[in-house]
Amino acid sequence: MLTEEMRLDGNAAAGALREVFSQDVTVARATCAGCGDARPVGALLAYGHAMGVVLRCPGCGLAMLRVARTPGMVRLDVAGVTLLAIPDDVPVA
Amino acid sequence: MSSGIRAIPEGVPDVARRTAPARLEWRVATVVAVRDETPRARTLVLDVPDWPGHRAGQHVDVRLVAEDGYQAQRSYSIASAPEERTVALTVERLDDGEVSPYLAGELRAGDGLEVRGPIGGWFAWDVHDGGPLLLVAGGSGVVPLMAMLRHHAHADAARRARVPVRLLYSARTAADVIYRDELARFAAPAVGIVYTLTRETTPVDWAQHHRRIDRAMLDAVAWPAADAPLAFVCGPTPLVESVAALLVAIGHDPARVRTERFGPTGG
Repeated sequence: MLTEEMRLDGNAAAGALREVFSQDVTVARATCAGCGDARPVGALLAYGHAMGVVLRCPGCGLAMLRVARTPGMVRLDVAGVTLLAIPDDVPVA
Repeated sequence: MSSGIRAIPEGVPDVARRTAPARLEWRVATVVAVRDETPRARTLVLDVPDWPGHRAGQHVDVRLVAEDGYQAQRSYSIASAPEERTVALTVERLDDGEVSPYLAGELRAGDGLEVRGPIGGWFAWDVHDGGPLLLVAGGSGVVPLMAMLRHHAHADAARRARVPVRLLYSARTAADVIYRDELARFAAPAVGIVYTLTRETTPVDWAQHHRRIDRAMLDAVAWPAADAPLAFVCGPTPLVESVAALLVAIGHDPARVRTERFGPTGG
């Protein structure tokens, strides 16, 4: 069940995403596979639970990214993202 | 064809030039000082080995491991300025929290703590990003905004004057206001601070308002949308969403309103 209080920002997933990407992708622009809107990952809506985080499009609610940690493995589902545009000069993060 | 040497814009601080480390490693930090801020909030000053530096507004992950191997992990905003050598976290104790009672109650100077970071470049501000800067805090949401204010205070007077800052800080009661003495030392007109206390029953002379943040309050505190301020809003999810929606309704560019929501998993 998703409640209003459980809703966080994509920025809250930055640590989990850094386990996958070599740099901070919260400033990268993600294009939603549902509505086509492009937003910084940090501006997506994050829903956390015990295993990981689901990032949803603030426009249409589609689950764009899911990242979960299981023992010995990080799982990343990017089915809701058609393009992730990562800038070159991301400051230290 | 260029030589391959990229020009670095004048005025960009060293911290912004460094490339991110390939992996985000857990490091054992040492608590070098603890400081009570309010009856419920405490600042932990950490010495983190090989700390790469941070930007104001970023956070760290903190991991606690029990003897039986059970792990609990939480994110905490960094309160210290990028210019400081240590990393300060201000933790508010949640009575039913799993992690915060330990961090805000049990931890002592000399203790070790596993951290990784800095994390999260989206809710971050450098003085070179400019302003005007509008900061809106709910409760302990003031912590990352305090890092921005401390960073601002480190800038030279000319630059500070070019980046005026206003902080609107909503707390439950006067006793819940974190950093009040230090905030009082940030001088107007470069920094303006407005307090609103939502549950204070007795009048407090320095609190300009005694209600939840509403449109009239934002109209009075925020710069006109035409001035294109950069807004950072941090606090409990309902407050953040209400304030962000109000700012956009007033006419502020949604792309210049950045939010950091606190969820129930904190603590």
